Amino acid sequence: MPIHKAEHHPLDAYLRTERLPHVWCPGCGLGIALGAYLRALQNVGFDPQETVMVSGIGCSGRAAGYVKMDSFHTTHGRAIPFAVGLKAARPELNVTVFSGDGDLFSIGGNHILHAARRNVNITVLAINNYVYGMTGGQLAPTTPESSITTTSPYGNIESPFNIAGLMAVAGASYVARWTTVHERRLQKSIEKALTKRGFSIVEIMSPCPTTFGRRNNMRGIVDSMMYYKKYSVIKEHPNPLDGVIKPGEKFIVGEFMDAPDEPTFEDKLEELKNKEFLKTSQADRTTWILEHRRHLETLAKIIGGEQ
Amino acid sequence: MVTQTEIKKMLENGTSQVPHGEVYIVEERCKGCGLCIAFCPKHVLVQSDRINEKGYHPPELVEVPPTDICIGCGMCERICPDFAIFVKTDKDKEKKRD
Repeated sequence: MPIHKAEHHPLDAYLRTERLPHVWCPGCGLGIALGAYLRALQNVGFDPQETVMVSGIGCSGRAAGYVKMDSFHTTHGRAIPFAVGLKAARPELNVTVFSGDGDLFSIGGNHILHAARRNVNITVLAINNYVYGMTGGQLAPTTPESSITTTSPYGNIESPFNIAGLMAVAGASYVARWTTVHERRLQKSIEKALTKRGFSIVEIMSPCPTTFGRRNNMRGIVDSMMYYKKYSVIKEHPNPLDGVIKPGEKFIVGEFMDAPDEPTFEDKLEELKNKEFLKTSQADRTTWILEHRRHLETLAKIIGGEQ
Repeated sequence: MVTQTEIKKMLENGTSQVPHGEVYIVEERCKGCGLCIAFCPKHVLVQSDRINEKGYHPPELVEVPPTDICIGCGMCERICPDFAIFVKTDKDKEKKRD
């Protein structure tokens, strides 16, 4: 029996519909993650005009092209620096980084650590599909041990990053992990991350049936999703250090960290702008600097004379 | 939003209703991945023999048993990666719980 046909989807207000259907493979979790983000945005009530989505390189990078709001598709690994710069220049904007595990944790690994350390008020949605999907399924820093990829045909010998633990230690304010199967909880978590002051990251475990699933006994499209459903364990306030993922073993999903509000990078920047010294006029500052320099010169002379 | 106590009262009085949903599809966006079919808790959907513009098989409603079984939970809408399927709840078609 045929289903009612429709022209528009409820989320069409947030999407560039002329570019749909999107390039992602059938069964890819990126669409689910993007849908969850857009629903969260709708529920929180953020104005799309005041919201910016930044994405890096990879399959997830294409997301920036599909949303009907200001978005930027940055160079490889540099989604976070762009977002930090944007937030520093325009603190009133809601900045979200939508990027993959390869982009955020391998080439951009350094940047994400320092953004978390500075507690920049941005939201990061890290889509973890275990591999570099777009380039053909190569080994990534998040690939679980003994998994087969195109660059580890005999099984991965390296141990992967524990993203939750890494971000919690680096100083993030909000750390959560969900799979694409837990769509409702994922949406709630993104809502929380968007409204949270400080660096918030939601790791989204997403299936990649084309380049990861078919090499790791999850040949069908639905198999990866069923794997997540079977092996994920929802825990309340789990320890971030328990967030290690091993193939064929249960892994924890949930809110790893929800730290109390602390001054963010923008707050401190604003504080600095309001300092007495910076409030004075240009002429005053020049005289101050000249006096200071004269003082230093005399000091240098005294020290020099003593030697 | 219905509270817990309200639900309890409805169950006691026998006035609780089974919600009803109507499934809609934007057919040209469907990639036939089958996630909506696999994750529908009421098994309302099956893969059809028809093909869409891109050559994929979009889902269709199951013939037998009852076709009006959709409860409008919205799981297919949430699990669809292609923004193709969605549900509208219909208040008038709600049935009394047996």
